[in-house]
Amino acid sequence: MIVRILGEGQFEVADAELDRLNVLDEAVEAEIDAGNEEAFRARLTELLDGVREVGAPLADESLEDSDLILPPADATLEEVREMLADDGLIPG
Amino acid sequence: MSMMKRISMIFRAKANKALDRAEDPRETLDYSYQRQVEMLAKVRRGVADVATSRKRVELQMNQLQSQSAKLTEQAQKALSMGREDLAREALTRKSGLQTQVNDLTAQHAQLQGEEEKLTLASQRLQAKVEAFRTRKETIKATYTAAEAQTRINEAFSGISEEMGDVGMAIQRAEDKTQQMQARAGAIDELIATGALDDASSLSQGDDITRELEQMSSQSDVEAELAALKGATTPPAIDSSAPAPAAEPAAVEAPVADEPVTPVAQGEKEEQS
Repeated sequence: MIVRILGEGQFEVADAELDRLNVLDEAVEAEIDAGNEEAFRARLTELLDGVREVGAPLADESLEDSDLILPPADATLEEVREMLADDGLIPG
Repeated sequence: MSMMKRISMIFRAKANKALDRAEDPRETLDYSYQRQVEMLAKVRRGVADVATSRKRVELQMNQLQSQSAKLTEQAQKALSMGREDLAREALTRKSGLQTQVNDLTAQHAQLQGEEEKLTLASQRLQAKVEAFRTRKETIKATYTAAEAQTRINEAFSGISEEMGDVGMAIQRAEDKTQQMQARAGAIDELIATGALDDASSLSQGDDITRELEQMSSQSDVEAELAALKGATTPPAIDSSAPAPAAEPAAVEAPVADEPVTPVAQGEKEEQS
């Protein structure tokens, strides 16, 4: 499957790795709910590192859409909340 | 639902909305391509804008640093004249400048990061726009309107996701640049006030001086003052060493005849 890190690019990730990424994703989500900026940043970094580690960058000229999309590495908690609200940061 | 899934769904919903506008699917290929080319131009302008801001910060850093060096010189001069109050004032101002330099250094790093990110985004988008153009021509040449729809959907969803991503990156870079520009104006003002204008104005203390005093860390000033004192007074005589020379160490050589001029008049004009 294809995972996009916003502001960074797309990665091809083997399905077998998904469980591991889901665990990291849940940890990020928990910190979004808790509203803890510092912990959120640490968990987001772990999740993005996880994607970069198990994923292979997709060629620039690829026109495939992503199965999963992740916030940019420097996104704040507030920005991610806005992203998750439909009419938030994502231009449409 | 997981964060990753939710963000992807929102992106996809927006991409589909864009697709629904299509009437003859093949005509919309050209329209979409045109929008992609516009976005590419926009991201390139974004890179240029961030670079301009970065250069402005660099210029300010250089100006503040040379002012800082000037203040050190002035403090040395003042101290050699026995004007500790003046030296203290110069160092206080210097400490305030240093706070700004540190701040600018952080801003500079941030702008550099944005510039690199946008440059890479521009490269990725360019590769995708070119791939889309090729695919667009193939679709137009090979497929009937009915068949084309599926092919177009495939090509569209990937590129519109990229457009959304790049659009967001430009927006974030613009926001950051704007914040910094507002602060850059304040720094320019600070630079324009220059170093110590003349000794007589010191006792009154203008707004900038008061502000700098607040910002400056007193301990920095004391530490540097002590260091300067160490540099201008002769070293203490080592008691363990025999000191046959009866040279009076306490008397300091007078520092030339010329009167100390804290700041040359021309300097203010240079800076404006």
